[in-house]
Amino acid sequence: MMDMNILVLLKPVPDPEQERDIQIDTGSGRIVREGVKHVIDPESRNALEAALQLAKKPGGEPGFVAALAMAPAQMKDKLTEALAMGADEAYLLSDKAFGGADTYATSYTLAAAVRKIEAEKELQFDLILAGTSSSDGGTSHVAVQTAEWLGRTHISNVCSIELPDSAAGGALIRAVKRSEEVMLTFEGEGPAVIGVTRDINKPRLVTAMGIIKARKKPLTVWNIEDLVIDPDKAGLAGSPTKPGRLFKPETGRTAKEPWETPEEAAAGILEIIREAGI
Amino acid sequence: MDYHFTEEQGLLRDAFAQFAKEEIAPHAAAWDAEDHVPMDIVPKLGEMGIMGVFVPEEYGGTGLGHIERCIALEEIARYSAGLAMMVFTHHLGVAAIVDYGTEEQKQKWLPGMCDGSCVCGLAVTEPGGGSDVAGLKTVAVLEDDTWTINGRKCFITNSHCAGVTVVTCRTGEDEKGRPLMSTIAIEAGTEGFKPGREENKLGLRGSFTGELIMDNVKVPAGNTVGAPGKGMPITMKELGEVGRASMAAIELGILRACLEDAVAFAKERVLYGKPISKLQAIQFQIAEIRCDYEASRLMLYNAAAMKDEGKVGAEFSMAKYFISEAAVRSAKRLMEIMGGYGFVNEYPAGRYLRDAVGCIPSCGTSEIQKMIVAGETLKKF
Repeated sequence: MMDMNILVLLKPVPDPEQERDIQIDTGSGRIVREGVKHVIDPESRNALEAALQLAKKPGGEPGFVAALAMAPAQMKDKLTEALAMGADEAYLLSDKAFGGADTYATSYTLAAAVRKIEAEKELQFDLILAGTSSSDGGTSHVAVQTAEWLGRTHISNVCSIELPDSAAGGALIRAVKRSEEVMLTFEGEGPAVIGVTRDINKPRLVTAMGIIKARKKPLTVWNIEDLVIDPDKAGLAGSPTKPGRLFKPETGRTAKEPWETPEEAAAGILEIIREAGI
Repeated sequence: MDYHFTEEQGLLRDAFAQFAKEEIAPHAAAWDAEDHVPMDIVPKLGEMGIMGVFVPEEYGGTGLGHIERCIALEEIARYSAGLAMMVFTHHLGVAAIVDYGTEEQKQKWLPGMCDGSCVCGLAVTEPGGGSDVAGLKTVAVLEDDTWTINGRKCFITNSHCAGVTVVTCRTGEDEKGRPLMSTIAIEAGTEGFKPGREENKLGLRGSFTGELIMDNVKVPAGNTVGAPGKGMPITMKELGEVGRASMAAIELGILRACLEDAVAFAKERVLYGKPISKLQAIQFQIAEIRCDYEASRLMLYNAAAMKDEGKVGAEFSMAKYFISEAAVRSAKRLMEIMGGYGFVNEYPAGRYLRDAVGCIPSCGTSEIQKMIVAGETLKKF
């Protein structure tokens, strides 16, 4: 069986379950991250689970799984969590100079980190996995753009990844992409960048023993000086995207006088649904 | 809601909370209604590292401390105090083996107790009482390196599921005629050892509570946990430091359930055109629950940290007394906030109250805790 080397791009995001606590800074138009609980983006977690399943198949030679994130230093625990899930190493890109990056600058910085990891480890990742779309930004850009910076094949919205001939030592990767009407199957060899969707798997839970094992796994923090990059292409300075007006939609409820009869209620509810355009 | 947890403890709390949300929350109401003991979840608790959370790694445990143990119990009890009772009593028996067992006993029993293939128990209480350890009547006689045990224990958690139970027995008298106790491990299936009546409880349902009957049970002297005759201090130490801490953690979980449900209901329930959370009368109730919760968690985790540093005194008794009463108060407040909804079994407020009340006698009633606190206070100040 082929030993897979897989890198997972992780994104810490504000906990989607605490959406109502998220505030937006009206000046900068950005999410206020201080005081908000962050979690690993749900699709990133699926990507990590896929990597672990592909690289750590029972009975086979264990492959290598690394996790990479660009985030403020206080998000380091999210990479520890990735190590606790089973990743072998983790890398955090953290520097004020990376702050305010749009997907263009983010992917540029991530690609530089990928090159550095590969150079230091003297390997090329067979696969780079990421969530297709994060729960906060939701642009679906980063995996694709990172692949473009690296000059690698990429596919997004992937709901299944298989290694059909790995038992015979082959390197074929089969990915199934979900589109609106059909399922598309792609086959090819790495290196490739794949963006996965939530339905690809059910991520494993972190266990106490996983957390204990994470203590001994390397977690490297790099700042802008550690990467070979053009500082003008990183962070806010390197971000061509300027956010427009960001605001929280009004989700408050109002009381309504009840309808007199079930028939009136049915018609009234239908009218509300129509007005809402649902 | 972060106490001063380390990054690792924070991760652990998130991991246990996620596990509880996925594996416990969806079933907790049914376990209570049907008094079903979910034995199928025990291996999963083992896999999560909860069954052996404080057991050294060389015996299959996770090698963490009592803060982490309390975190696990709080998260489980947030959704099912009944299941938490099973885990806590398991920890109680395991602690006796970790602290006082021989190397052979540890090698033999602890790995299975950590991976969830063997539930442990600890049996002290008898029909005549529980806190009066010196008055226990179960007798063990040692002859030819074999204990012969006769007696009956009651109100024993895990009575009908434990693979190994550490039983406190009277084994002699000292020179002044005072009873000497020993703690002896009995494996399920040993001839003459069987569970008796299973109790139908008001609360903490979803865990076994019942009798254990010992009728000429013969076990090797090698099953003695700790030195013969030292069963009283062993029992008192484990009940006092592991048992009371556990009960306080379970009560804290119930208290948090009350807090979270009170807030959710108050924001959801609309009266007079606005959520009832806008009403001062409701806000006062929520403030009372919040204060009880915050004070309780400070007391518990401070005591657990002291235990991990090896210097705990009456802190667990203070925590157990305060939090058990606070949990009952908070469950009643939740029921008041919820009005009629609090009284119907479709909502869990009634279960929280039954569970909170059920916690009070376990590991010592409030009066027992106050006696311990007063005893230390009168010496210390």
